[in-house]
Amino acid sequence: MLIAKPQSMHFAAVLPLQSGASIRDYALSYETYGALNADKSNAVLICHALNASHHVAGVYEGQDKSEGWWDNMIGPGKPVDTNKLFVIGVNNLGSCFGSTGPMHVNPDTGRIYGADFPVVTVEDWVNAQARLLDALGIQTLAAVMGGSLGGMQALSWTLQHPQRVRHAVVVASAPNLTAENIAFNEVARRAIATDPDFHGGHFYEQGVIPKRGLRIARMIGHITYLSDDVMNEKFGRQLREGIELKYSTQDVEFQIESYLRYQGDKFAEYFDANTYLLITRALDYFDPARTYNGDLSHALARAKCKFLLVSFTTDWRFSPQRSRELVKALLDNRRDVSYAEIDAPHGHDAFLLDDPRYMGLIRSYFDSIENEASKGQP
Amino acid sequence: MTDRSTMETIARLVPQGARVLDLGCGDGAMLAHLQATRGCTGYGVEIDDANVLACVKRSVNVIQLNLDEGLSMFGDQSFDVVLQIDTLQHLRNAEVVLRETARVGRTGIVAFPNFGHWPNRLSVLLGRMPVTRRLPYQWYDTPNIRVGTHADLQLLTQRNGLQILDSFGIHNGRTVRLAPNLLASTSVLKFSR
Repeated sequence: MLIAKPQSMHFAAVLPLQSGASIRDYALSYETYGALNADKSNAVLICHALNASHHVAGVYEGQDKSEGWWDNMIGPGKPVDTNKLFVIGVNNLGSCFGSTGPMHVNPDTGRIYGADFPVVTVEDWVNAQARLLDALGIQTLAAVMGGSLGGMQALSWTLQHPQRVRHAVVVASAPNLTAENIAFNEVARRAIATDPDFHGGHFYEQGVIPKRGLRIARMIGHITYLSDDVMNEKFGRQLREGIELKYSTQDVEFQIESYLRYQGDKFAEYFDANTYLLITRALDYFDPARTYNGDLSHALARAKCKFLLVSFTTDWRFSPQRSRELVKALLDNRRDVSYAEIDAPHGHDAFLLDDPRYMGLIRSYFDSIENEASKGQP
Repeated sequence: MTDRSTMETIARLVPQGARVLDLGCGDGAMLAHLQATRGCTGYGVEIDDANVLACVKRSVNVIQLNLDEGLSMFGDQSFDVVLQIDTLQHLRNAEVVLRETARVGRTGIVAFPNFGHWPNRLSVLLGRMPVTRRLPYQWYDTPNIRVGTHADLQLLTQRNGLQILDSFGIHNGRTVRLAPNLLASTSVLKFSR
């Protein structure tokens, strides 16, 4: 069993942000697994999505059920094999799992950031991650990998630091969000911001948490991560109890309601409201083609590395079509790219689940990366 | 079809260093061969999960796509050579994909089983659909939904305004230039727009 040890690194230097603001005296939480080889050619950076963290793999000493969020993918003998690779998980700025975020003290004011935490973008996260790698003495990544919003970071790495990445593995991701996707994010944000306990984002001083908003945000998010099929298969029209209808408008009647409420309650216990707003905004803003008049091929011309893209047929939040747009732009630039479309029933969530085709593909791709690394090829 | 000599015969039609798109690339053996022996680059296109995995295993770029949905992902004349080896006979939109092959590639190379090969003709003459080493399927379980001859393929190519650059057959790994419609189990056509 892989034992994970969270670490933290403090950065005193100012990090300029895309918005024009900046942040200083911040900390990044991170974990590493496996050993960095002598020529430092086997490092793999894992980027996390909305509600995950630096705790990618393994368990914490003495803590049951503390597996990392991608523990099925990453670890000794797993598709991303930490017996051969040095894997780094890092918690992004603005998150609520240890790295500096809105619940921490702003060194400029001595008060908790709250709503004043600067808006951070995917590009800002990548720059912060690059500084962590600098500090760890890693110049070049064998691979950067992520799913969903994590895939956006992996893609952005290849554009912001093309000389520092040899492979990018971009799973269930997209070149930007569609209007529908932004719309879902906006519903979630409004649920949080209109919760009376939100206090304009300065709820920490009030000793309250806008849990109602967080619950609704999670419920709507959760619906979009599943497919219609899988939801029907799992819950169908099952009633929560008995076989008689209650004829109630507010009680939990159907199993799916119970499930969503449970997911919402759980989420509201550990997630930060300001973090939710920040991270969904980072999703909304990501659009590397924007400065190229929407020309994705032009935008991706900077990428130099090899790519593996994976999508899932029933993922309607980050649909295969969006991954194909990325593939096309990479083909236009004559980049090395492979693309797999996994016929899995689980919707967007599929990228976190075990599927032998998916796992086998990632394993084989990383086998070839490991072979390159051990041969010392560029 | 995938035997070594047939693969090498077709590979010889591909120029050194060519940028190649292999439609229905199977396990990527052809592309791996072209990369290793002729310095080619490029991509395979496959629909089958196991074949996609096989390509990734041998470090051949592969794009998982259903060819019947078209080649819109690929730009006009963006490849030196587009290969369709034992692919056309499986496609619902065979004619569209043939045209698309010529749009995407400066040169297209199609190879497919020739139903005009004499043992097939004999079999049909005797009242039965052919079952041979080249066409090992029964009529009711064959994946070959487009059944055509070398002559048919030439006609279709011409009817789509494509220019035939070379046309021959392959049988038992050997090139057949004499009456290929009768004497070859595999039909090969090289064409361009």
